[in-house]
Amino acid sequence: MANYLLKLYVTGRTPRTEQTIATLRDLCKRELGGEYEIVVINVLEQPQLAEDEKILATPTLIKALPRPMRRVIGDLSDIEKVLLGLDLQPKQDQGVQAGSSEDA
Amino acid sequence: MHDSGVIQKLPTGIPGFDHIGNGGLPQGRSTLVSGTAGSAKTVLAAQFLAAGIRSGENGVFVTFEESPDDLRRNMLSFGWDIREWENIGKWAFVDASPDPDQEMVVSGDYDLGALLARVEHAVKKVGAKRLAVDSIGAIFTQFTDSARVRRELFRITMALKGLDITSVITAERTQEYGDFARFGVEEFVADNVIILRNILQAEKRRRTLEILKFRGTSHRKGEYPFTVTSDEGVVVIPLSAIELGQHSSNTRITSGNEDLDRMCGGGFFRDSVILVSGATGTGKTLITTEFMAGGVARNERCLLFAFEESREQLFRNAAGWGIPFEEMEAEGNLKVISAYPETGSLEDHLISIKKEIEAFKPARVALDSLSALERVATDMGFREFLIALTSFVKHQEMAGLFTATTPSILGGSSVTESHIATMTDSIILLRYIELFGEMRRGITILKMRGSQHDKDIREFSIGESGIQIGTSFRGITGILAGTPQHRLPVVADGLSQTSPPQG
Repeated sequence: MANYLLKLYVTGRTPRTEQTIATLRDLCKRELGGEYEIVVINVLEQPQLAEDEKILATPTLIKALPRPMRRVIGDLSDIEKVLLGLDLQPKQDQGVQAGSSEDA
Repeated sequence: MHDSGVIQKLPTGIPGFDHIGNGGLPQGRSTLVSGTAGSAKTVLAAQFLAAGIRSGENGVFVTFEESPDDLRRNMLSFGWDIREWENIGKWAFVDASPDPDQEMVVSGDYDLGALLARVEHAVKKVGAKRLAVDSIGAIFTQFTDSARVRRELFRITMALKGLDITSVITAERTQEYGDFARFGVEEFVADNVIILRNILQAEKRRRTLEILKFRGTSHRKGEYPFTVTSDEGVVVIPLSAIELGQHSSNTRITSGNEDLDRMCGGGFFRDSVILVSGATGTGKTLITTEFMAGGVARNERCLLFAFEESREQLFRNAAGWGIPFEEMEAEGNLKVISAYPETGSLEDHLISIKKEIEAFKPARVALDSLSALERVATDMGFREFLIALTSFVKHQEMAGLFTATTPSILGGSSVTESHIATMTDSIILLRYIELFGEMRRGITILKMRGSQHDKDIREFSIGESGIQIGTSFRGITGILAGTPQHRLPVVADGLSQTSPPQG
């Protein structure tokens, strides 16, 4: 059971989109260990899901779980900002539980 | 996108607007509607969609400011049941209103692709022909990078052109005259610009709508007053758009007073507007009353708007002159509407007057008095009101009698008079005349378009049977100026040998 549910809203599967997805995977692997699930939503294919979450910009990353929800827009190239936006502490060398207990 | 050269117009269904837009909004294009806070931008945007739905064109509303719930609630007061339209697939919201609970962090590059995808999705979902965006400037408060937002908005409006949809995009501006829009950038978003103004002038609010440009197609120029009514929303009053195409008839109708008919050369003309001007108490209301009674006696429908006196007062006065208003109203040929001028703006009054006339379809209409309405308007607003009212009455092919009160007891003229004089067909002046220590009353026909008339200033009295017109004031000059001077009869006769008493 994943502790983290992250939804990434993107427009089409462009090279830029793939880059953002790769960045997110790297970051999660590094910061969250194995405790996460990533859902990628292409707003061109599923616009109603974008409507439901009132997404304006792409890419948008939503931390759906744990609460509270947080959102970060942009291609995630600024890691510091992403961690800040998702309420995650930059992981110390061995702190496995770093983010998971924070807001749960 | 089928640009076949000629730009078609889409009739919006917004009352009065299509007249000044020479048919409506440019079809398949975006129009920027710019205005300050409270200038009725949102109402106009929603009305554009509501009117479309009534004529079978579905719409999408993109809101950057108010939440859909607020809009549904606010617009219900105009009778627009958005919830119902959403349920039956005629209206769709794209909710881009800010969410106060959502903190947003920006990390790196982004675009507004999701917004565009949602708009396109909503348009396809309901098969929309009309799109409203309210208000575009609000998106700048959600994103800090203005340059990027600007670029993205441009991309979105370009994409809209491919959707074969006519859109209205509102934008907030900070001042009534100056830049179109707050962020100084929205102009290039649209080929067409409309400005809504809400100006405080002489302590009175005056709303106007101006079409600044329609690229590649025509429109009427200048500011047109409008009002927001509870049952229709925005109602534009197309003043100069009213053509002077009314044909005039030579049929005479009675003024309700034989003496006055004689002075007018046989009565008023059927399709004419008559102005009766005089100081307070000179008998304007009596002339109005007789004019109504004269119509009812000939089985014509008569409508009286009273802005100075209550119904009770009017009925009592009429009864005093032997005219049974109550009976006439009960029989259905007379309708008396009494209202305080302060109950609404001049535009509101104009619209309700028009509605009453259209509903009652009178052959005669009287309004007592225009000067009372002057109180609630700016000078320019009042002039526009008079133009709109007189041309409307003339278009209906009926006789209209308006009264105006002069501010000074003796002589003088009023603002009302100078504004309306050129628009009326006949002008009757009622004046107090101070003679030999007595106040007497004089009446004269100043003009009577297309007819001979008595040029004398005659004395009249108000008796039990109404107005009795007597002989002319001979040998007296300066009556109209308010400074009558008695001259020796010999001299007077020598000067004027014209005008026998029986004109």
